[in-house]
Amino acid sequence: MTEKVGVYICHCGTNIAGPVDVEEVARWAKENLDGVVLARDYRFMCSSLGQELIQEDIKNEGLTRVVVAACSPHLHEKTFRTACSKIGLNPYLTQMASIREQVSWVTEDRAAATHKAKMMVAGAVRRVQLQEELQPTEVPVNPNTLVVGGGIAGIQAALELADAGHKVFMVEREPSIGGHMAQFDKTFPTLDCAACILTPKMSDVGLHENIELLSYAEVDSLSGFVGNFDVRVRKKARYIDEDACTGCGICIEKCPKKVVDEVFEAGLGYRKAVYRPFPQAIPKFPVIDRDTCIYFERGTCKACEKFCPTEAIDFEQTDTYLDLNVGNVIMATGYDLFDCGKIPQYGYGRLANVFTSLEFERLCNAAGPTEGHILLRDGVTEPQSVGIIHCVGSRDKQHHAYCSAVCCMSALKFGHLVMEKTGAEVYSFYIDMRPLHKNYEEFYDRLLQEGMHFIRGRVAEVTDAARLPGEDGKLIIQAEDTLIGKQRRIPVDMVILLGALQPRFDAKETGLKFGVSAGLDGWFTERHPKLDPVATMTDGVFIAGTCQGPKDIPDSVAQGAAAAARVQGMISKGTVLIEPIVATIEEARCSGCRICNTLCPFNAIEYLEDKAVSYINPALCKGCGTCVAACPAQAISGAHFTNDQIFAEMEGLLYDVIGSNGATVKSPQPALEPA
Amino acid sequence: MSDGGAPTPEKGKLALYWAASCGGCEIAVLGIDDKVLKVAEAFDIVLWPCVMDGKVRDIEKMPDKSIDLCLFNGAIRTSEQEYMAQLLRRKSKVLVAFGSCAAEGCIPALANMNTREEIFQTAYHDTPSTDNPDGVRPQIETEVPEGTLHLPLFYDTVKTLGQSVEVDYYLPGCPPEPDRIWDALVAILTGQLPAPGSVIGATTTVCDTCPRTRNEKKIKEFKRTWEIIPDPDTCLLEQGVVCCGIATRAGCGALCPTVGSPCIGCYGPNEGVVDFGARMMTALASVIDSQDPDEIDRIIQEGIPDPIGSFYRFGLANSLLRRKALAHNGDGRVAEPA
Ligand SMILES: Cc1cc2nc3c(=O)[nH]c(=O)nc-3n(C[C@H](O)[C@H](O)[C@H](O)COP(=O)(O)OP(=O)(O)OC[C@H]3O[C@@H](n4cnc5c(N)ncnc54)[C@H](O)[C@@H]3O)c2cc1C
Ligand code: SF4
Ligand code: SF4
Repeated sequence: MTEKVGVYICHCGTNIAGPVDVEEVARWAKENLDGVVLARDYRFMCSSLGQELIQEDIKNEGLTRVVVAACSPHLHEKTFRTACSKIGLNPYLTQMASIREQVSWVTEDRAAATHKAKMMVAGAVRRVQLQEELQPTEVPVNPNTLVVGGGIAGIQAALELADAGHKVFMVEREPSIGGHMAQFDKTFPTLDCAACILTPKMSDVGLHENIELLSYAEVDSLSGFVGNFDVRVRKKARYIDEDACTGCGICIEKCPKKVVDEVFEAGLGYRKAVYRPFPQAIPKFPVIDRDTCIYFERGTCKACEKFCPTEAIDFEQTDTYLDLNVGNVIMATGYDLFDCGKIPQYGYGRLANVFTSLEFERLCNAAGPTEGHILLRDGVTEPQSVGIIHCVGSRDKQHHAYCSAVCCMSALKFGHLVMEKTGAEVYSFYIDMRPLHKNYEEFYDRLLQEGMHFIRGRVAEVTDAARLPGEDGKLIIQAEDTLIGKQRRIPVDMVILLGALQPRFDAKETGLKFGVSAGLDGWFTERHPKLDPVATMTDGVFIAGTCQGPKDIPDSVAQGAAAAARVQGMISKGTVLIEPIVATIEEARCSGCRICNTLCPFNAIEYLEDKAVSYINPALCKGCGTCVAACPAQAISGAHFTNDQIFAEMEGLLYDVIGSNGATVKSPQPALEPA
Repeated sequence: MSDGGAPTPEKGKLALYWAASCGGCEIAVLGIDDKVLKVAEAFDIVLWPCVMDGKVRDIEKMPDKSIDLCLFNGAIRTSEQEYMAQLLRRKSKVLVAFGSCAAEGCIPALANMNTREEIFQTAYHDTPSTDNPDGVRPQIETEVPEGTLHLPLFYDTVKTLGQSVEVDYYLPGCPPEPDRIWDALVAILTGQLPAPGSVIGATTTVCDTCPRTRNEKKIKEFKRTWEIIPDPDTCLLEQGVVCCGIATRAGCGALCPTVGSPCIGCYGPNEGVVDFGARMMTALASVIDSQDPDEIDRIIQEGIPDPIGSFYRFGLANSLLRRKALAHNGDGRVAEPA
């Protein structure tokens, strides 16, 4: 091999240089590895000085290959590729060895770490010499965007894009947009009315000339790639002709069937079989719920049809499919609330006056089932004392280890509302109070002033078994007050459980559909936890709001705007570079066995009948390598991951067992003599 | 190129040798029919133990590189075979690993699933027909009144020819098809050869020459050949029969699948493939039609009871696996002295 390899060992401050003898690794690489013409160690390779070091060497020493032994390529591969390409070396002729994540961070044994770092460098040096120049392809970006989910995060993203003049398709699963925020009465910490700040934005969405709202709809499939996604949307049958409907609501009035509204009213109120979740719903068109409609059940009724002034009711409607083409996707599918019944000792579902947080939001809401009166389950009695339990299902290894981020503040909001509306005593049972954001600590202070009681300790149980005087007919909250180190029993009339925010029940499926992965806890994973919070590992698919993890409205809005900004960036650039790391089928080797035909997760493989061979569309291929592994004829090779490259890397990693020339040690041969 | 390109007029020297093999390759050479006369025209045959008398010491006395072409079939099982491989390598200009045993180990190398000790135990003790009350085993040296007798050393591991000595060309097949043998001979004699170390053969697989129609594959159940009378026109694999045609180098003309019998892989892996068995297994695993791990386990266990026999029948010695691990015999040291 005639390549001139430069090797750079990064100290990463003391991150690497602590456990790894970086100078020794550099010295060893220069002396022992074929092809290495220079090896240096440097404090921060990713700094501009570090990058310049490489560029100088390419220029002055004529390096044809570069190996940087530093952090994971996830972080800085792009940095070093760009640095090299700026000076004229094809970016795919560089290789990183992860001697931080895979070496210095996993051991404190200096000798072992140094040895492993050498082997990793040997692997990279052998591999890089077989790497080939690759050229990315440039494709145009379709300026239309798909926003999935019409909660506050999705609404914000859609409006930002639409206001900037770009077309947005918003797909919302429920009959109306608005998400959880539409269910709330007030919002912390300002206590402004949720509807007052949300509904103007909702109607903006509904009226915006650049937004096509597809409510009561879901994404059926997504294919394609950044800049050019094909989306198939299923619009569920509403049984109402949206072109004819004026939203007058006569159908709702006349419908004789009343059912419990489990979704919007959290089971506390009723709706009709033909309904709008709430009066300000956007779009205004009602939906006939097929499962409860009398006509669908028994074949007669049609009261709505009789009274509809515009003949908009259509019982024959079926689901329809819409095919869209968009350049980018923003997912803002939000959260579900923890099922508080899963913690039986808190009595939800067994003890009537134990409520969930969403139920309480509806109780408080002037448009809710009690017209804003905070009443016990009997519908008439005002509570005189209320207990609020934090962290129900959060910070709990049995359920969700994470903190749900909004419960402490909701507790303060609830405390204020209860005291304001009923004058009742309010007790909050918290583990730690976490008023983290702007004006939150001040809000906490305010509630302390207002006389809300705070008891620090996890609640053991909520019971109606009275033991002490004054407990009869009450719910007793038993908890250890860790500040005074005593068990306490607080009798109250009403208990509110602040259930955890958890990933949508179908988040995993949704993630698969959009090529977005989820962490162990089920929230969608961002590309980088600090530096790239709204992008995902799939180019062109962004996440915003609580689908990424628990957060409050300001953060959800900020992420919605951030995702929109990222998309706008793509749109104004106009083109995207498609990674050239794709698989190709060598026609002469392909026998047309068709093993690979069904395997590609991106549908990039087609079978060419005329030539009787299979073919990979490079624009669709993401280089995942599934087909490369499967092809029995080895007719498929993955650029940048060829067999030769992978074997060379493995041989390098096994340097100490196979020696410098890569030849496996052969068994000794018998002397050349007649037997 | 079957009949094209006549052998060069000047007479060269040809040696044919067999090591651990069944003799099928010798017969395959005769399968070229009357063209064997053309071979005789082009060459003086200096060694062919199967057909004519010859002495090793005559070869030893020949100058190095004085044999123009040596077709070596059979794997390396014993020290004597390894010696002959080295000798013929030294004396030959062009050494061809002829047939599957020499090229990739073939059936003899399936013994790599056992140790020498296990093989001797079976052969000299366990088999019902063995009568060996004194437990006699082959010895490398035996003292008798007349002096010391020698037997070749029986290796623990069967090797391919290429794992013993440098090989110029490989001719796959168990045995190679006569037409391919003739093609190779013509190529060698006319000097139209690929780079040294390569396989003389196609770069695609048996499917390419198979007349059956192929569709997208989804397999719910693998079937043994006796369980099914396959449809005559559809790909056997799609019918659940484990056909190795997808991974096997073309060259045979798809003889087996054409008559309804699945390809067993005797032509070895396609060009550039490192491990035939791994290729077959990843390919089949990719098209099993189930997402349920238990069902997948069942489909594999019932349909492919012997993966080594099915996928490494011809190539175990040459595969990444090479043999069953030897480190089990006590102290962790590998027993092979050779
Ligand atoms: C009891 C309670 C009180 C709270 N009070 C406050 C408060 O006072 N102040 C504050 O700042 N924060 C508050 N929060 C937090 C607040 O609810 C969230 O920050 C905010 O609602 C998150 O908005 P989102 O758009 O991310 O998600 P969501 O509001 O959950 O919206 C997601 C939307 O996506 C839709 N969707 C889901 N899946 C799909 C799909 N597959 N296809 C199409 N559409 C889909 C849903 O129908 C929904 O409309 C509170 C939370 C709780 C639980
Ligand atoms: S590597 Fe193969 S399976 Fe993966 S995306 Fe490309 S074509 Fe599809
Ligand atoms: S698996 Fe390989 S040989 Fe079979 S069709 Fe696909 S590319 Fe061709």
